[in-house]
Amino acid sequence: MSGESPRRPPRQTLSLGHPIVRSIVWQAVILGTIGWCVWWLVANTMHNLEVRRIASGFAFLHREAGLPIGEALIDYSPENSYLRALFVGVLNTLKVAAIGIVLATILGTLIGVARLARNFLLAKLASAYVELLRDLPLLLQLFFWYSLLQGLPGPRQALALGGDVFLSNRGIYFPWVEWTAAHWAATVAALAGILASVALTRRAARIQEATGDRPHVLLPGLVLIVGLPALVFFAAGAPWRPDVPLLRGFNFQGGVRVTPEFAALLVGLVTYTAAFIAENVRAGILAVNWGQWEAAGALGLSRGLQLRLIVLPQALRVIIPPTTSQYLNLTKNSSLAVAIGYPDIVSIANTTLNQTGQAIEGIAIIMAVYLTISLSISLFMNWYNARVALKER
Amino acid sequence: MNAPAHEAVQAVQSADPPMRPPPMLQTGIVGWLRANLFSSWISTAVTLALAYLLVRYAIAFVDWAFINAVWSVPGQDTSACRAVEGSGACWALITEKHRFILFGTYPYDEHWRPALCCVIFVGLYLISANKRFWRRELALIWLVSLGAIGVLLWGGILGLTYVEQERWGGLVITLVLATFGIAFAFPLAIVLALGRRSTSLPAVRALCVVYIELIRGVPLISLLFMASVMFPLFLPEGLNIDKLLRAQVAIILFAAAYLAEVIRGGLQAIPRGQYEAAEALGLSYWKKTGLIVLPQALRLVIPPMVNNFIGLFKDTSLVLIIGIFDLLNAAKTSIIEPAWQGFGVEAYIKVSIIYFVFCYAMSKYSQRLEAELNPGRRR
Amino acid sequence: MNFFKTLAVGAFIAASVSGAALAQQATFEAVRARGILNCGVNTGLAGFAAPDSQGNWRGLDVDMCRAVAAAIFGDASKVRYIPTTAQQRFTALQSGEVDMLARNTTWTFQRDVQLGFDFVGINFYDGQGFMVKRSANVSSARELNGATICVQPGTTTELNLADWGRANNIRFTPVVIERLEEVNAAYFAGRCDALTTDVSGLASVRASRAGEANQHVILPEVISKEPLGPAVRHGDNRFADIVRWSLNAMIEAEELGLTSANIESKLSERNPSIQRFVGATGDFGRMLGLDNRWAFNIIKQVGNYGESFERNVTPLGIQRGPNRLWTQGGLMYSPPLR
Repeated sequence: MSGESPRRPPRQTLSLGHPIVRSIVWQAVILGTIGWCVWWLVANTMHNLEVRRIASGFAFLHREAGLPIGEALIDYSPENSYLRALFVGVLNTLKVAAIGIVLATILGTLIGVARLARNFLLAKLASAYVELLRDLPLLLQLFFWYSLLQGLPGPRQALALGGDVFLSNRGIYFPWVEWTAAHWAATVAALAGILASVALTRRAARIQEATGDRPHVLLPGLVLIVGLPALVFFAAGAPWRPDVPLLRGFNFQGGVRVTPEFAALLVGLVTYTAAFIAENVRAGILAVNWGQWEAAGALGLSRGLQLRLIVLPQALRVIIPPTTSQYLNLTKNSSLAVAIGYPDIVSIANTTLNQTGQAIEGIAIIMAVYLTISLSISLFMNWYNARVALKER
Repeated sequence: MNAPAHEAVQAVQSADPPMRPPPMLQTGIVGWLRANLFSSWISTAVTLALAYLLVRYAIAFVDWAFINAVWSVPGQDTSACRAVEGSGACWALITEKHRFILFGTYPYDEHWRPALCCVIFVGLYLISANKRFWRRELALIWLVSLGAIGVLLWGGILGLTYVEQERWGGLVITLVLATFGIAFAFPLAIVLALGRRSTSLPAVRALCVVYIELIRGVPLISLLFMASVMFPLFLPEGLNIDKLLRAQVAIILFAAAYLAEVIRGGLQAIPRGQYEAAEALGLSYWKKTGLIVLPQALRLVIPPMVNNFIGLFKDTSLVLIIGIFDLLNAAKTSIIEPAWQGFGVEAYIKVSIIYFVFCYAMSKYSQRLEAELNPGRRR
Repeated sequence: MNFFKTLAVGAFIAASVSGAALAQQATFEAVRARGILNCGVNTGLAGFAAPDSQGNWRGLDVDMCRAVAAAIFGDASKVRYIPTTAQQRFTALQSGEVDMLARNTTWTFQRDVQLGFDFVGINFYDGQGFMVKRSANVSSARELNGATICVQPGTTTELNLADWGRANNIRFTPVVIERLEEVNAAYFAGRCDALTTDVSGLASVRASRAGEANQHVILPEVISKEPLGPAVRHGDNRFADIVRWSLNAMIEAEELGLTSANIESKLSERNPSIQRFVGATGDFGRMLGLDNRWAFNIIKQVGNYGESFERNVTPLGIQRGPNRLWTQGGLMYSPPLR
């Protein structure tokens, strides 16, 4: 958009003053300098690696890792390779980031709305929350949450929260069922049901636009989302073997466990990011001209419909871009897991590089993983943003 | 910023023509309470529940922090603290270690030097916050102050004893990393932002885009790891750059990418007419940029830049992971001695207060500035 | 056109940076010329290297650095302590950022051979063990099946633990936390059933809770050998000799009964070993390229090994154990200074 150099009358010969020549020479010089620097660094590195007898390359990935990992989404034991250990780390990062993004969005929206509430105490508490959490380093907050969770009683004095749910400094244990193929089938059916009812709603909206009549979607939707998986589940024989946490030996066995490390990291990330998202939500709602509320009210829409149909779609345009960067921040901040012992990709790659001495490969792996995650989130949010963006005709 | 929404909601709900509510005082305390705390049964329930929680935790905190607290112990004998562990705070840790937390391993008798540096830093922030100083001279003030801070910390001249960099620590490291980080990232960010917007240098633009996106796509911690374990491999044998400087470089490179995006936002907000007018005057690219576009663009983005600075200020705490004694690390190190192990909360509360004071002041300032700079956007 | 000027400036900067690249010269000469010893230490480990309330570094490893500085400069205070994390320590030594590493580093084959270091001696014999709460009623590490075990990452400790679990068919859940204080806090809070680290570390952790020390038991099994010692770069024999004999001098002095308090008065003692030690005869300092009073300076300013141990490690509640002199049934043994 900005012209790079003043327009001059074009000359016949390509002199040094000609804009095109100049731009080419400049670029050549800049690229040359940077290329030279990079070459210099690479040459140094190669030399240093050789002199210091540091191995290079990714051959180590297939060696036995030998390192114990506390929690893994896939089967893992120290006999497995570094590659698998790192993959466990990536999955752990994705797990905390995905759950964190969902929870931070919910909490952030609630707090953002609470800041605009008419209840003085609620609004003030919400804004105190935002100020306090935004203005303290996340690392400090993580240490705080972790020490708080460690203050819970041990497994033998675990707090029973009723229904076989136990809270102790080993984490939260709750009962689950033994997961079989039938459960998987039912899950798939539920997803299919959700997709089908979304399609149904869309079709209903189209019909409404065309004819003015809106066909019923609630009942068919319910049947699709609840009935379909139930049908599949019972057809598969409805296996139901509860897996209840029991105190055996040192610890609870069975059930599903949320470790304190994961919980501390998740709580820290969610509460911290929610403070920023709350600000985005508040700014987004305030950015909608209140003439819009009035106009919607004049049309006879209820408060809820005003918010849902008129204000929120407009507010989202303001909210989404900064919230995208908060999602990215949350994902990147999950790397602080290394400080409180959650085995994410950074802590596992960190141990790997310490054991193999291959710093360059270790850091390259960390960076590649985060770049991939960041770019994927950016792409998805750009796509979503384009969908809600103002359609100018 | 709160009022408009209230009015909007009220206006919509009552379906009356919008009317400003009467000033609070005129309706009395009861009227205010009714309007703001007990307007409906939901609101009343929320108020009561929140008030109950607030009072309950406030009492517990006061008990712990003041009533049952131990304020000092004889020497290293912390048995008094151990006796009240869990029910009372051990502020004796702060009494004993407050200078260590603030100044780390800096020579004890020379603590006035980092203290003075902190004062200079705060003065620098105050001056930079004042609009009257938003001139080119500000850059000079920064140069002089940062130079003075360097001299004070290193010493070796003017009769000051030399203090090697490894001994610096505590608050001053946090301030150094954040301030030098922003000071050096700023020019780099301008170059990157201009590069990213340049149309006639496609190769340079591609380079800037790749750089910015690459840095913004990875966590700071990976850059710090890079600085601490990879960077020494990049340099020829025998050439060493000390650890703090390496971390500082990583922070500068990191901050520059984020700042560049902020500045680019400002550049994009400048109307095309400004560019065209400058071109019509026959100004060269650099003159056009330096005299017309940048001053306007930078002014626009000062609030987000302050927010960026707050973020950077907090992010400097990550250097503890690579073993640099910043404020947070000094606090953690203060509880290493066996006698003091287990009193982390007290040390964390102390540094929390310091971080909070700095960040809160900056964030309030940025909010005020935003309101001042964009009066038109306020309704 | 000013881009030729820019080009020239760029070339100049490039040239000056390459010019600054010094060939890695012998460490000893470099240290001498610098006037200060760069010593890599732990970022904070009570008893070995940790800053006190005044910000001064103290500990057994710190004394090792001080001893080398006393030998080279005759002044134990000429040390620049460079705190290094477990990840950084090897790069720091390889790249020359530090001259020597005195950072409770285990001497292993790989580190000695593959990473290109020379371990010059052992200043602390250690081994990895377990500590559990007395209330857990565990008397042997073999009963730890199913337990949660707290461990620090990035050290040999983590690998030893995994190896031991596999060898003895014991399943456990590791809780891996980077910072030592955090690991300890996690154990005391009951996050783990057992804490594993070097036995010396366990003892000091236990001693840190004076009131409840007897509620914790260190299990009898020691699952690994952890000889901790100072390391220097491979191939720099002269500097290695200096560090090696600085350590040996501290051990030898304890054997000879020389302490920082009495060495002054022993200067005129007729015992030939002491005569050689304090530099009155034998010219040993010159052979190392140092002042003949090098060993005298170490003992005068830093003290002998026993003094250093008592000053730094004993307050943690750690017994001398294998770190006693060989004459008292320990492993500390200095080759003769002759």
